[in-house]
Amino acid sequence: MAGPDPKGGGGRFLVLGIPYLWLIVFFLIPFLIVLKISFSTTAIAIPPYTPAIDFAQGLTAVWEQAKEFTTDNYVWLTEDALYWKAYLESLWIALVSTFLVLLIGYPLAYGMARAPARWRPTLVMMVILPFWTSFLIRVYAWIGILKPEGLLNQVLLAVGVIDEPLVITGTNLAVYIGIVYSYLPFMVLPLYAALERQDQTLLEAAADLGCRPIESFWKITFPLSLPGVVAGCFLVFIPAVGEFVIPDLLGGSGTLMIGRTLWNEFFLNRDWPVASAVAVILLLVLVVPIVIFQNQQKKNEERLR
Amino acid sequence: MNDRPSWFNVTSLVLGFSFLYLPIVLLVVYSFNASRLVTVWGGFSTQWYVSLIHNQGILDAAWVTIRVALISATCATILGTLAAVALVRYGRFHGRTLFSGMVYAPLVMPEVITGLSLLLLFVAVGFDRGFWTVVLAHITLSMCFVAVVVQSRLVTFDRSLEEAALDLGCPPGKTFLKITLPLIAPAVVAGWMLAFTLSLDDLVIASFTTGPGATTLPMKIYSQVRLGVTPEINAVCTILIGIVATGVIIASIATKRREVERARAERLAAAAP
Repeated sequence: MAGPDPKGGGGRFLVLGIPYLWLIVFFLIPFLIVLKISFSTTAIAIPPYTPAIDFAQGLTAVWEQAKEFTTDNYVWLTEDALYWKAYLESLWIALVSTFLVLLIGYPLAYGMARAPARWRPTLVMMVILPFWTSFLIRVYAWIGILKPEGLLNQVLLAVGVIDEPLVITGTNLAVYIGIVYSYLPFMVLPLYAALERQDQTLLEAAADLGCRPIESFWKITFPLSLPGVVAGCFLVFIPAVGEFVIPDLLGGSGTLMIGRTLWNEFFLNRDWPVASAVAVILLLVLVVPIVIFQNQQKKNEERLR
Repeated sequence: MNDRPSWFNVTSLVLGFSFLYLPIVLLVVYSFNASRLVTVWGGFSTQWYVSLIHNQGILDAAWVTIRVALISATCATILGTLAAVALVRYGRFHGRTLFSGMVYAPLVMPEVITGLSLLLLFVAVGFDRGFWTVVLAHITLSMCFVAVVVQSRLVTFDRSLEEAALDLGCPPGKTFLKITLPLIAPAVVAGWMLAFTLSLDDLVIASFTTGPGATTLPMKIYSQVRLGVTPEINAVCTILIGIVATGVIIASIATKRREVERARAERLAAAAP
């Protein structure tokens, strides 16, 4: 364990301590607060919930306040079909989109990994470049294309494929297009990394032994690229479940996604406890994929070392 | 192995990159449209860029956004680099699982949750929301991305130089600054740029954590987009795309040049008697 400071001591304490403390204060504690408020009651006050724990009043007062906690918000969530539908629809939309991203991203990553070596850095940069440009802008660009008087409809009408404009914005189809487009780089990069590392001599050996290209793809290339497939799918699926901007701008009023529900509870209904309960359940739904993803990362990390 | 790409590979590259770039190209083209109707081409014009200069609301928001991005990217780079060093070099320390969990989780955490939880923290401690709360929120998000970028560089890096410096009696802090930091500099710079653009782009977390007087550019764009597509917004977006694209291209050319120079220096060093 020879580090910059192999014996430990002050330097090591600071290097680890500062980011550790920062993440505890700005990442971990905020979650505990969300958890706490999800058991509170809405109130017309500032802040708009009770009990607002006030440690200044001593421990007995805190205990009295703590008794006011309720599970009402959760009961409310389970009773209202709207929330159920929002959770299920989010998971479903994220799942379908992840599959579509994989379907589109795999050939692209494959083409990149098999391109002449001198092209590859440029191709990788071309995938990263849209990822650096604003998410909001990329979603916005699709509104101009997909809306009824948008470019896609104009082209299709001019060509004569359709007689009247297709209604795409405001439907789930537009949400799928938005998610697939926005998250494509997240899928392509891990896939490319996995495909590029592959030993080409394996394919040559298979070909020499009479294996057809399609067969060797399914028997060699694809199984070897599975770590990239898994990483890419998680990187797309997990954030897509909680997506807000895409369903809000491209989807219609019928597109119930949980990120949007949370946003509306918070900003429109100003119901902080229910918004917190929505967040807690969303986190519980996502905790399994997140833990699997982290174990995967850890395994990759150890393999690289 | 033949080095000629097959027609299948060329097709998938062409289709894939058209899909990635066509919407952006169309947006840029239509920002130069003379017609107010966004989808009708009325001739080339730069009038929307001119009208932007007189749009005080957008200019103010842009200024807030740039300041937030500069401050948060710089702090996030320092914190993220420290976190990466701790993760790569400190082995199995006490509380490592929690630490690496907190570094990786924000990468995939839905932004609505991060935003809501930070807002509730600021409310709970009675911190006035505004410019600085957005900065704190962006530092927290970006430092994790920086940590991952720097970490990937640290794991593939030759430790013998560091060990040599330590053996020769160089104190650890100085070894880090003189040896480690210059060697991981490309990743640190890339991390800073990523943090800068993350902050520049963020709508959701900023909307939750901001207060009166601190409207960022994405929030401004979002509120206008909800009302419909306008050529002015196309112009703002084109400027943002131009800035980011120029930055990324310059950075990648600079990295490549530095690598070429280093390879040459290594060859010279090896050839020296």
